[in-house]
Amino acid sequence: MSNTDSQGPIWEVFIQSKPGLAHKHVGNLHAADKEMALQNARDLYTRRQEGTCIWVVPFEAIVSSTPEDDEAFFEPSNDKAYRTPIHYVMPEGAKHI
Amino acid sequence: MTKNEALVKYCLRLGDSSLILGQRMAEWCSNGPVLEEDIAMSNIGLDLFGQSRTMLTYAGEIEGKGRTENDFAFKRLEREFFNNLMSERPNGHFGDTVARNLFLSAYTYHLYKKLSSSSDSTIAAFATKSLKEVTYHLRHSAEWVVRLGDGTEESHSKTQQSVDDLWEYTADLFAMNEVDELLIKENVAIDLNEIKPLWDNTINEVLERATLTRPEDIFMQSGSLNGMHSEALGHLLTEMQFLPRAYPNAKW
Repeated sequence: MSNTDSQGPIWEVFIQSKPGLAHKHVGNLHAADKEMALQNARDLYTRRQEGTCIWVVPFEAIVSSTPEDDEAFFEPSNDKAYRTPIHYVMPEGAKHI
Repeated sequence: MTKNEALVKYCLRLGDSSLILGQRMAEWCSNGPVLEEDIAMSNIGLDLFGQSRTMLTYAGEIEGKGRTENDFAFKRLEREFFNNLMSERPNGHFGDTVARNLFLSAYTYHLYKKLSSSSDSTIAAFATKSLKEVTYHLRHSAEWVVRLGDGTEESHSKTQQSVDDLWEYTADLFAMNEVDELLIKENVAIDLNEIKPLWDNTINEVLERATLTRPEDIFMQSGSLNGMHSEALGHLLTEMQFLPRAYPNAKW
């Protein structure tokens, strides 16, 4: 994605749907600065009561892994099922484990 | 003039001003400078339509002649509209629009704050709900005026021109007549002389941040209280009222 068109820099938007939950990535937008990015995020991504908190982050501040990293980053965990709590009984009422 | 007659007029003023500015914002739909602003301005328009519906419906109830919100919006002529003159100013370029919206949202922000303790419970509820919306409209327009005013040389001079051109319509916002006199006594309406210094403060603050100069009060337009409007309103109504007039009682 080009980050240097005439509409200003790109900002990635994260919305928290309820207090206490993690902010989730919902998309991105153009804005000249951080205040305008926040306002635009409010208009574009919270029109239907999607959230209680918004984060906007400059696109260039995000460091992403690339497909070439897949082997070294993610494959080693494929055969290590003991790292996930699948063999335990979930406590009643616990939703966000 | 009875209290009810005054109340109908007062509700039409509030409702019409929201309706006409809402229609102006709707004109930006699909014409915004960037996608983000297109949506922002359309959203603001929708907020304003919602506000006008409450007031026009209420005006119809008090009047008691069976007129609905749609009758008020689509079956009146220019001279029967009581929106302030500022709200009908054409969109012009983006700087004209945000300057106009700054003047209006600073006005409704302070007005609705006070009206939320009106003795009329419908007006109080309307003001309380609308205040949340216009707080955002004020933020949107003020932040843009600051960025354009304190932007490039070109954006600065264009926005200063917008402010200068619109200034003569600001006095009309604070005009009052016997409607106000009667309703202020009943604690329904707000004395606009109380709103003016608050509006002045907000406007001065924003203009200063925007490095823009506040124009002098030289020639000031008036007339909205008596339904006297500029030519611009007729053109707006022509478009807004076309469908219900061409196809009466059309349904989705």
